[in-house]
Amino acid sequence: MTQPASPAQQGGPDTSERPAAPEKAGPARKTAGAGLLGTLRERTDVRILSLLGVLAVLVLIGGVTKPDEFLDTRNLQLVLTQSSVIGVVTVGVTFVIMSGGIDLSVGAIVALASVWATTVASQEYGFWGVLCTALLVGLGCGLVNGVLVAYGGMVPFIATLAMLASARGLALQITGGRTQVVSIDGILRLGEHDSYLLGIPPLVLVFAAVTVVGWLVLNRTTFGRRTVAVGGNAEAARLAGIDIRRQRLYLYLLSGLCCGIAAFLLIVLSGSGQNTNGNLYELDAIAAAIIGGTLLSGGRGTITGSVLGVLIFTTITNIFALNNLQTDVQQIAKGAIIVAAVLVQRRTSTTP
Amino acid sequence: MAPDAPLLSMTGITKAFPGVRALDGVDLDVLPGEVHCLLGQNGAGKSTLIKVLAGAHQPDGGRINWRGEDVTLRSPIAAMRLGIATIYQELDLVEGLSVAENVFLGHEPTSAGFVVRTREARAAAAALLRRLGHPEIGAGRLVGELSAAQQQIVSMARALSHDVRLIVMDEPSAALDPDEVDNLFRIVADLTADGVAVVYISHRLEEIRRIGDRVTVLKDGRAVAGGLPAKSTPTSDVVALMTGRTVEYVFPERPSAHRSRPVAGAPRGASATAPVLRVRGLARDGEFAPLDLDLHPGEIVGLAGLVGSGRSEILETVYGARRPSAGRVEVDGTPLRPGSVRAAVRAGLGLAPEERKAQALLMLESVTRNVSVSSMSRFSRGGWLDRRAERAAAQRAVRELSLRPDNPDVPIRALSGGNQQKAVLARWLLRGCRVLLLDEPTRGVDVGARAELYAVIRRLAADGLAVLLVSSEVPEVLGLADRVLVLREGRVVHAAPARELDESRVLDLVMEGSPTS
Repeated sequence: MTQPASPAQQGGPDTSERPAAPEKAGPARKTAGAGLLGTLRERTDVRILSLLGVLAVLVLIGGVTKPDEFLDTRNLQLVLTQSSVIGVVTVGVTFVIMSGGIDLSVGAIVALASVWATTVASQEYGFWGVLCTALLVGLGCGLVNGVLVAYGGMVPFIATLAMLASARGLALQITGGRTQVVSIDGILRLGEHDSYLLGIPPLVLVFAAVTVVGWLVLNRTTFGRRTVAVGGNAEAARLAGIDIRRQRLYLYLLSGLCCGIAAFLLIVLSGSGQNTNGNLYELDAIAAAIIGGTLLSGGRGTITGSVLGVLIFTTITNIFALNNLQTDVQQIAKGAIIVAAVLVQRRTSTTP
Repeated sequence: MAPDAPLLSMTGITKAFPGVRALDGVDLDVLPGEVHCLLGQNGAGKSTLIKVLAGAHQPDGGRINWRGEDVTLRSPIAAMRLGIATIYQELDLVEGLSVAENVFLGHEPTSAGFVVRTREARAAAAALLRRLGHPEIGAGRLVGELSAAQQQIVSMARALSHDVRLIVMDEPSAALDPDEVDNLFRIVADLTADGVAVVYISHRLEEIRRIGDRVTVLKDGRAVAGGLPAKSTPTSDVVALMTGRTVEYVFPERPSAHRSRPVAGAPRGASATAPVLRVRGLARDGEFAPLDLDLHPGEIVGLAGLVGSGRSEILETVYGARRPSAGRVEVDGTPLRPGSVRAAVRAGLGLAPEERKAQALLMLESVTRNVSVSSMSRFSRGGWLDRRAERAAAQRAVRELSLRPDNPDVPIRALSGGNQQKAVLARWLLRGCRVLLLDEPTRGVDVGARAELYAVIRRLAADGLAVLLVSSEVPEVLGLADRVLVLREGRVVHAAPARELDESRVLDLVMEGSPTS
């Protein structure tokens, strides 16, 4: 029964990042001093800063080992583009994990959505046919997950594991193992250099938009607040009058929608749909959310942290590839980073 | 060891938890072969004391002498090795294992140190069950398939599977039928005849009279009387010992209007006001019998009863957190959808639950967010939060209840228990709730802060809020409520205006249960 000694240790990090801008800080916030008050904000800020620090160190390593290639504009564009697909997925997964759930099916949903959207039938309807199919398939899978978890009383792990298996199976059935090439100019053009906006690939813009919207939803809406409440203490949320089942349903829908968006980005990126798409995305997304400070048990996490987690992983992959290191070494490094991040998290968080 | 030498003597045991002094120098001595009863109100320190004895809590101070030697009970295993076994109220059996496996859990008879000799274990378990008079419990059956009473027997068999000299039983009869209780008493008699001592905790005085040899009464973490004869000490003396207070409860003066109320407990302005909450025939199978209740604006009704008497269950069912098996709840004459918390909250009910941290608070969040969680729609348009308005409203609610610190940006976990409770009240105040359900509102709240909470509750009622209050502290119910319903085993056994009752009368009703209604 050891009780934390100081209030500073007790205060958990805020569950949602607040802007660093001073807005409405007011005198009250300042006078009460750093002790009690600061803890909610500062802990989060410290985490974000340390993630930024890690990223900076990585950039430094990349710059030193391969100065010409790593810092090349094209390479940086590549890193961001590669981050986009998994990044969008991670934003959705972060919401689900924040609510105390888990979504193991994201990779499989991305695969299913990407192949469904690139069937001959979908492509007949052109750009919008592909886009809408991808989004609807994502939402549909999310709906199934959500209904099973929220109203069927299934454990999220099991329900989404079942979705993982079935969605992959369905994706394979649709393609028969073949790559479905996209022949729509409007889509293919999005992946090309001349459609870059001020040097930023459209995919990255989508990623940025999803991140900003995700941040706003989490921090500025009742939806975000309810998500955090359900994750922090579902029973308390229920007794406070929140419809926690509906909230859970919405969260899996949101995650499914993000998978649909990611699937579309992947189609743009590869010019095709494959049933092997999105392989192990679920693990990458969960890992990114975890090192970004999302508590696997829910109630705490930030979109910024998750996105930084994605960027860190993608940058590592890039640096290793540039230095001709094999994927096995990459995997080991990723594992070590996850362990390190969680150990740091344990040190800074409180024993209840 | 001399024949009269105590088997166990604990002296000056102290144990403090953050904010609470659970044991404040308790003495207890137990003779071989006796049934020593521990009595005390909820929170008197019984559970803490037996956990110290079981090695589950380490005392902060005091001595434990076991068969003439000072010992330290570092862990439950250490206590068990000495021959002290504890049967907890919540049975600690593994439901997925067999009876025999449970009995020998942790000390299985083995070959070569790791191969469990299953047949031997089963035979030994069966022998123990026979000794306990329950040969019908198969040693190979899964514990999860057994009834609560049978599980208790298994728990006892486990205790006896050690070379046990002292068995601690925490309210063993609570889950048992009358004939099962008889069997329990026979087992206790057999054990003591073999020289095993039993420390027996029960709220039921009649049981203590039947099987007890001596009684130790705990109050506020102290043993106020040790070794009283169990059979001959008058009930009034026991109750007096349990209630005679050192802790002062400070209740705000009752508004004088309340004094002139008729017996039925009609509110100020008398019969003119319609009840805001009307409960009719509300029941849950196995938890509480059909209940009728009218609650008027400005009125505080208290539910008094022991743990397990159905108090919390009633509150949670009224609130829709549990689905009733019969009956209905009406607010302003409109029936609520049964089993729906949202419907209850919409209709103006608010609950401050018993387990504040587990059921009410978002411990990772600020005070503001804890206060606003039930009224977010008020501070949002199209789902978009107006955080300035939210914070301002939380600030007002926090000021109104004089929460400290009065800054709503602090994390809720940095607050004391009393202030956390005020934050829960602020939540409902902000929501504009009309019926407040309070379940043990002062649990984990220190004495000074209690008085403040009492004043807050009184003030809210004076402003027209209807309050339904549950507390296991009888003085609290009597001091706060206008009208009191006394519960025993899920039934209202007495209903009266608070000023017509006193503490010993309520305790009598709660423990002996002479039904008058």
